[in-house]
Amino acid sequence: MWKLVIRRLLDAVPSVIGVVIVTFLLTRALPGDPAAYFAGPAASQQAVEEIRAKLGLNRSLPEQFVLYVRDLARGDLGVSLSTGQPVANEIVARLPASLELTLLGVVLAALIAIPLGVLAASRPNSWIDHACRALTTAGVSLPTFFTGLLLVYVFYYLLGWAPSPLGRLDPFTTPPPGITHFYLIDSLLARDLRTFWAALTQLALPAITLGLFALAPLARMTRASMLGTLSSDFVRTARASGLSRFTVTYTYAFRNALLPVVTTLGMVFSFLLGSNILVEKVFAWPGIGSFAIEALVASDYAPVQGFVLTMALLYLALNLLIDIFYNLIDPRIGFAT
Amino acid sequence: MSTLAHARYVMSENPLTLAAFVLFFLLVACALFGPSLVPYDPLATDVAAALQPPSRAHWMGTDSLGRDILSRIVVATRLDIGIAVSAVALSFAIGSAVGCMAGYYGGGADRIMTRIVDTIMAFPLFVLAMGIVAALGNTVANIVLATAIINLPFYARVARAEVNVRREAGYVEAARLSGNSNVRIIMLHLFPNIMPPMMVQISLNMGWAILNAAGLSFIGLGVRPPAPEWGIMVAEGASYIISGEWWVALFPGAALMLAVFCFNLLGDGLRDLIDPRMRT
Repeated sequence: MWKLVIRRLLDAVPSVIGVVIVTFLLTRALPGDPAAYFAGPAASQQAVEEIRAKLGLNRSLPEQFVLYVRDLARGDLGVSLSTGQPVANEIVARLPASLELTLLGVVLAALIAIPLGVLAASRPNSWIDHACRALTTAGVSLPTFFTGLLLVYVFYYLLGWAPSPLGRLDPFTTPPPGITHFYLIDSLLARDLRTFWAALTQLALPAITLGLFALAPLARMTRASMLGTLSSDFVRTARASGLSRFTVTYTYAFRNALLPVVTTLGMVFSFLLGSNILVEKVFAWPGIGSFAIEALVASDYAPVQGFVLTMALLYLALNLLIDIFYNLIDPRIGFAT
Repeated sequence: MSTLAHARYVMSENPLTLAAFVLFFLLVACALFGPSLVPYDPLATDVAAALQPPSRAHWMGTDSLGRDILSRIVVATRLDIGIAVSAVALSFAIGSAVGCMAGYYGGGADRIMTRIVDTIMAFPLFVLAMGIVAALGNTVANIVLATAIINLPFYARVARAEVNVRREAGYVEAARLSGNSNVRIIMLHLFPNIMPPMMVQISLNMGWAILNAAGLSFIGLGVRPPAPEWGIMVAEGASYIISGEWWVALFPGAALMLAVFCFNLLGDGLRDLIDPRMRT
């Protein structure tokens, strides 16, 4: 088991190196002269040169890369121009908000998509099968920012069920003591049900928006993969041996059909982390996505680069976890290769 | 069964594909002739008629500056489809060239390409597009470039895999023996044969490219106001949703959704047409 984890970690090293190189190149591709930019319009030629030396911009590209990697190793992502704060601090403070939203979105999507896919596959051409197909085709066509707005209109403006779409908590509730920084978990740990409810109602619409988006690929994959296993020989044998429909579907077919679904999760996370930015903007969610958008509007590049790097590393880490999980549920692959 | 009969069969089997074709021609017509079809100037403001709900004069209402939303949506088609088509064309051209070379020659070129493609795929793709536009500058050309880069891996991978399984095929051996150069074999013998899966990839990708470009302009990258574009129009309408002026964001959002839906259905239909085994 540990051998496996270590090997997967080593496999991820080239990707991490690639990601760091690309983010470095993106920093260097900045239009104009970064030194003059950091110095401000009123700076003298000498001041610009000083800043250039301080930032290491007068050195060769490989040297700059070494400096960049050294800063990264120290956890230094540069300083935000508009707030004057280190980018790393800001990202660490805002990351839990984004993670809580994304993870809840995925869980919601999986809870609906997997049973739906299984039902659709075990009753081909029934109404639930058609509903599943319609939903998966429509789901991938929905722009997340648009679904988010529609939900706000229906549930906030028309029905008044949801609180106003502004952030993680309404202004009258104080955040729970920060242990995990996930408000849902923290408020439960503090046995504060009122805060839990407040956090949940704020979280519901953005999480549903994300969930709807992730639903389509997951349901589609579950359905296709269930259809595959249900028509395979071992399922036919199980049926012929007189096992109940339930046992055949769940114990035999479902467990085997789950593998490709877990693989799809990797791609789903790529889309989710991307559309997370859009959903955060719609719901004024104080995560790293809206941090990056604010920085973009102010032409403040250090936070944007830090954000891209964080997202890429997060995505790599999630893929690693999925990979390890995949090996756990399918031991055939783990130790043979 | 002839292709035409098969096409008719696929259409009758799945009426949605037919609807997608109709929608597709509508989109193309809007993109080509949009500006001369619309009742109002998409940029003309009329503060007296600001934020009016849909009416006989303005079928889809007016926005906060009194501009006619229907006219803006129709005119925006050209820009939205234009960005997506150029991005997809760019990544198709580069991706298939690089993928064909890697799949045909193998070895070092193949390893380098695979590594580059894997590196692109190591990013959440929308985030990478955002980073590229932020770094290169906030212009429509860079939106096209960023969208092309994040779509590149799909074309490169398909082309590589399809060429790789065919490089030892009988007709390739025959072409080689009759003295064709490698480049000629790739261009005239292999490339036409990998076109069907590439076409499916293109139409599946188009919808995604449109979504991406609209998403980028929704967060304020690329297209600048007052230019009519679906993503920006939704962003402009976002603040009016909470006060109940739904039409400002709903109609452009619906247009965007329909366009993406149309290309996704076309992609599925095309796949059914080309490879009936792939149907899900």
